[in-house]
Amino acid sequence: MKISKNVSISENGFIFNPTTGESFTVNPIGVEIINFLKENKTEADIKKQLLDKYNTDSATIEKDYYDFMHMLKASNLLDTSAE
Amino acid sequence: MKKKYCIAVTGLNAIDSPGPGIPVIRGIRDSLLFDSRIIGFAYESLEPGIYMHDVVDKTYQIPYPSSGTDSLLERLNYIHSVEKIDIIIPNFDAELYSFIKLEKTLNSMGIKLFLPTMEQFEERHKVNLPAFGKKYGIKVPFSREIFNISDIFGLTRDFTYPIVVKGKYYDAYIAYSAEQAQAYFNKIAAKWGLPIVIQEFIKGTEYNVTGLGDGKGNTIAAVAMRKQYITDKGKAWGGITIEDNDLLGITHNFLSKTKWRGGFELEMMKSSKNEYYLLEINPRIPAWIYLAVGAGQNIPEALVRLALGEEVEPYKAYTIGKMFIRYSWDMIVDIDEFQKISTVGEL
Repeated sequence: MKISKNVSISENGFIFNPTTGESFTVNPIGVEIINFLKENKTEADIKKQLLDKYNTDSATIEKDYYDFMHMLKASNLLDTSAE
Repeated sequence: MKKKYCIAVTGLNAIDSPGPGIPVIRGIRDSLLFDSRIIGFAYESLEPGIYMHDVVDKTYQIPYPSSGTDSLLERLNYIHSVEKIDIIIPNFDAELYSFIKLEKTLNSMGIKLFLPTMEQFEERHKVNLPAFGKKYGIKVPFSREIFNISDIFGLTRDFTYPIVVKGKYYDAYIAYSAEQAQAYFNKIAAKWGLPIVIQEFIKGTEYNVTGLGDGKGNTIAAVAMRKQYITDKGKAWGGITIEDNDLLGITHNFLSKTKWRGGFELEMMKSSKNEYYLLEINPRIPAWIYLAVGAGQNIPEALVRLALGEEVEPYKAYTIGKMFIRYSWDMIVDIDEFQKISTVGEL
């Protein structure tokens, strides 16, 4: 999964999609995940980094990751052209 | 030394459904290329722009379009004899017919305009939109005009509810049943007359483009915007410039095929399948034009220069993510001023 090109995200979690004019806010972990996606990290890499950093288990990471990706997709922030 | 032009502008009704006059004047006032004396043309004595003396230098009341072009010309003759007007920028759909019709006469008086041709004005009309879309290869929602309220019951042959009920100049409502459609038919017909346009409802997100065509098929300016804050009248109270090459592509295509002359606004709907439908072409500058100025394309200034016959270099870019947020402001006005515009027709 990739973030749509041109989508910008600020350090404090403000996302702006210049193609649609929509804006969103995400929490610090959301910022981290979006930055990972922008760096073209794989899904497995992202989950591993989150698991290493936060005091949680892989099942929770798995669920939250898919929830978050679903939200990004529904908000037209993912580049689905490669799917 | 900069040259000074006397520029007359209509649309001083800076109200909840605002006319474009005040933002057009702001764009003109921002120009570094020329100075201006601004003459306001008002229809009603409570149009806020009349009392905004730092924006409008002098206001004259002019007759409603329904009074005919002769009475308008008579009034313009008088105002011109006092003010020596260089340019008029009309900003209402309903008055454009009169000004387009009078363009040659006004030119002979030394007054310049930069308006669409009568053919362009007529063919983009809401009632002609399906033919317009077909002719120029632009997707438009299916629509038809009706003249009688009883026609509403036959609409289910061509439409499924909800439908959009539109006036020929202004107003649009979404009707979810024949009863609602009837109520909107009456409401709009009482205000704007017939026909009423029934349009297929396209679910999606509305985007708008304002721009300027030079009449030769070139895009002099084009800025795309998404409404962020919409009033109960459907007007943008806040908006943001966006970067959408598909939308700008449709705009360039529209301008090159129609050779549109003057300012315009395209109202587009992006469907859930990411297809754009052209809902309406407003044949004049929109009320949110100052966003385009703020984003780097001073369309009112460019329109003035085109009207003067100058060569204008097309704008190539604008700032993405620039926003406008409208606000209301109570002016305190002395009754003497209200009395003067109401009785003498000048302020």
